[in-house]
Amino acid sequence: MTEKSAAPDGPEGRLRRFATIWSRAVFPATATSLSRAELEQQLVPLARRLRDALAARALDAAEGQAVGAALVGTHCTDPEALSRTLDVVDAYLVLYCAQEDDRRSKDELRSRCSRLQHAVAAGFAQALKERTLAEQEAISRAALDARHAVAEALHASEARFRAVFEGAAIGIGIADLDGTVLQVNDTLTRMFGGGFGQQIRGRNISEWTHPDDAPQVWRLYEELVRGEREEYRVEKPYYRHDGTVLWTNLTVSLLRDAEGRPQYQLALMEDTTERRLLNLRLRYEATHDALTGLPNRTLFFERLEKALAAGDGRRFGLCYLDLDGFKAINDSLGHAAGDRLLVEVADRLQSCATAPGEMVARLGGDEFVALTTGTDTEREVDELAGRILSMLAIPIRIEGREITVRGSIGIVEGPAGERSPAEVLRSADITMYRAKSAGGNRFELADPEVDARTITRHGLTTALPAALARGEFFIEYQPLVHLADGSVSGAEALVRWTHPQHGVLGPDRFIPLAEHTGLIVPLGRWVLEEAVRQARDWQQRHADAGPLRINVNLSPVQLHHPHLVADTVEILERVGLEPGALCLEVTESALIGADDDLLKPLRRLADMGVDIALDDFGTGYSNLANLRRLPVSVLKLDRSFTQGMQRYPVDPVDLKIVEGVVSLAHSLDLSVTVEGVETGAQAEQLRELGCDTAQGWYYARPGPPDRLHTLALVDATG
Amino acid sequence: MDRPAWAPPGIDISKPSVSRMYDFYLGGSHNFEVDREAARKAMEFMPGLPKIMQANRAFMRRAVRFAVESGITQFLDIGSGIPTFGNVHEVVQKANPRAKVVYVDHDPVAVEHSKVVLDGNDGAAALAADLRNPQEILNSPEVKGLLDLEQPVALLLVAILHFVEDTDDPYTAVAELRDALAPGSLLVLTHASYDGVPAREEAAGTVGVYEKTRNPLVMRTRDEIARFFEGYDMVEPGLVQMPHWRPETPPEQEDPFTFSGYAGVGRSA
Repeated sequence: MTEKSAAPDGPEGRLRRFATIWSRAVFPATATSLSRAELEQQLVPLARRLRDALAARALDAAEGQAVGAALVGTHCTDPEALSRTLDVVDAYLVLYCAQEDDRRSKDELRSRCSRLQHAVAAGFAQALKERTLAEQEAISRAALDARHAVAEALHASEARFRAVFEGAAIGIGIADLDGTVLQVNDTLTRMFGGGFGQQIRGRNISEWTHPDDAPQVWRLYEELVRGEREEYRVEKPYYRHDGTVLWTNLTVSLLRDAEGRPQYQLALMEDTTERRLLNLRLRYEATHDALTGLPNRTLFFERLEKALAAGDGRRFGLCYLDLDGFKAINDSLGHAAGDRLLVEVADRLQSCATAPGEMVARLGGDEFVALTTGTDTEREVDELAGRILSMLAIPIRIEGREITVRGSIGIVEGPAGERSPAEVLRSADITMYRAKSAGGNRFELADPEVDARTITRHGLTTALPAALARGEFFIEYQPLVHLADGSVSGAEALVRWTHPQHGVLGPDRFIPLAEHTGLIVPLGRWVLEEAVRQARDWQQRHADAGPLRINVNLSPVQLHHPHLVADTVEILERVGLEPGALCLEVTESALIGADDDLLKPLRRLADMGVDIALDDFGTGYSNLANLRRLPVSVLKLDRSFTQGMQRYPVDPVDLKIVEGVVSLAHSLDLSVTVEGVETGAQAEQLRELGCDTAQGWYYARPGPPDRLHTLALVDATG
Repeated sequence: MDRPAWAPPGIDISKPSVSRMYDFYLGGSHNFEVDREAARKAMEFMPGLPKIMQANRAFMRRAVRFAVESGITQFLDIGSGIPTFGNVHEVVQKANPRAKVVYVDHDPVAVEHSKVVLDGNDGAAALAADLRNPQEILNSPEVKGLLDLEQPVALLLVAILHFVEDTDDPYTAVAELRDALAPGSLLVLTHASYDGVPAREEAAGTVGVYEKTRNPLVMRTRDEIARFFEGYDMVEPGLVQMPHWRPETPPEQEDPFTFSGYAGVGRSA
């Protein structure tokens, strides 16, 4: 292309102008997403073809047709686009695109131009027709394909449903609303015992009644087929083809049609036969005693619970039996014989309780219970207990020996609805022990007061550990006084318990319990540490009041504890109190018959300088000769001696005894302390008898530590 | 009971289809008489409908080119309809032959046709799914096979959201898609609106025509449409009438109807 031709008025420039006019005319009639400028770019080559066709020696109609087809190709598919194209060609093609050197006449050019327009129109129409047909065919095919895809998906979906139906592990059946079975899966057929000639299909659901059907099953069924219920679930038994029982978890759902009208019923059945049998067996095993076959604790509690829940005037009676001396029989004859004995006892008990409402159970070991829920339990339970005792009285023959077992029975009888099973059983247990401690071979009736006492005791025992952890204990101090000058020599530490419900409890209420459970060891250690700390406190704050000694009680259990010496030394060292300021009080009874092993720790403490006092002296029938052997330095006379002196006139024998004991003690280098001094006369008399120190209400009751050093101060200054 | 996921809806070509009506407006013949009848009726109320559709296509073309120039190589076109000229994959793959395009439409006929058009094109695929269930789209083999969601994607929602009613919660669907796409992804969106329509009461008649299709037309205000871009930064010039979005020819030359509705592109942070 020469520069000249590209110039605005050159041939190329004029061609461009033609394309611009053309694109402006056509653009509004197109649906192309191209911009007009882009469309114009596409029209330029078409304009060039038209120009060349106009200039060609012989007019080629194919060129015009190609341009028309190309228009369709640029998505100018609207007939209006053709119309506008033809207008533009008609008006401007010759004007802008005729070559300057074309020697043909204007008329000839115009005639060529209109023939070109015919060709363009024909080409456009042909292309549009082909395109339309192609697109119509494409969209029809797409619709067909889409339908085919839907059909395939539906087919796949149906195949999947069929696989679910056939492969399900549960039995599935569909029946019409008359109950005729329409379709069942293999699992369901197998559940019923399978086999040809045993078709389930075609049979009616109503044939499958069973004597063990739950009462509501057929009512639910009727509601469902009437459309009043969408679904029900029941446990239902069936007869298999061979007559055996098939247990199922049955779920039946109502299937409705598109308009919501009931149409079919769908049953899902799960075979629970095995599980049910297993459950029954497990249930039996869980509720019966393996040895005797009697109901066990679990079943007994269920029955008792039922009896107690009965309410409206119903009563119950319970015998709680424990064999007397069973352990001895077991130990001497062996466990096998012991077991046989229990089986025999169980059989006899069973024969005692045959009336309706009576049951016997084994709670464990040699403990049995008999329960009666008859009409007159007050009388019945007594008779039952009597029958049991007399049945036991008949000797039992085991391994060629005649054995007579006795039993102790606790009876609880009362109205239903007042107590829980656990409460009833506890009362029976307590009562049984009462019968046992009264000598056995008898029955006792429950007594609410005894129960309450026992329960309180039990409650205190179980509350002890938490009480220590929560700091519910505290210590009171009772002064010890020199009888010679009335000065305070020290104090005895006495532990108290501030119980959240029962208030302040003295040691007699809980120390025996603490000894029984072993809690005495940590409790004793706590008391020792507190008391030692207090003693050191007094010493530091009131050095002028003279050395104060602290007396701490040591229980027999503590005495046996291997860490006694180590714990004591550790506390003394940690707190910083010299051993001589501590006196451990041990009861006389704890040391009766003590061997060297038991005395060794006390001896080691005594060697370190800790005083050991023999508490409650005179109550334990101790071998006086033995006193020499014991590492004690103090005798504490039991209060029974001082009590004797409160009488007036004083029994001279009492005086002689005390005098003798004091003299004996002094000759052994032991000092003597008396307890329970309540009057001045008593104190004077004891001083005269040679006693060294005293404590008692005459001087002070046990109290908080502050009171003590007030006393000591008064004593020191006064 | 709900239709199971594996059972597609039936094909009922006795009802007009939005995508085939669209094709008709654009001068195509991928349509049936029911579609043309419905389209002609809508045009009685709004003769400019073809121009609006054309403007949509032109905007999409500009936006896609913008996305390509921004370095985006993955395109998810939801509501792609019947493929006609100037499809996304043509525009995109001309610039970058390795670019990937996934077309989604809920009209099984449109999808089947798309599959024929795309046959042999490894970089493009079409699937039948519904915008209202984005997870079905995101978890489809087509999306998983072609698109790397760790990389930015241009999400095209061109002329589709005005077919989703508020009860179907289109905002949540759009947000779910946004959350599934990597930061730097683009949202390309157009939406019909009464704003800018030359004769409003006539547009209401158009809405009436669409009520008979599977997808009634839901007009939204500019503010309502802007909410679809929550979580996106608007690309210049923001949410504007179609001819004003990065025009290549002077907007004043455009047909008045093309100023109906809004178009915009957002980039996710």
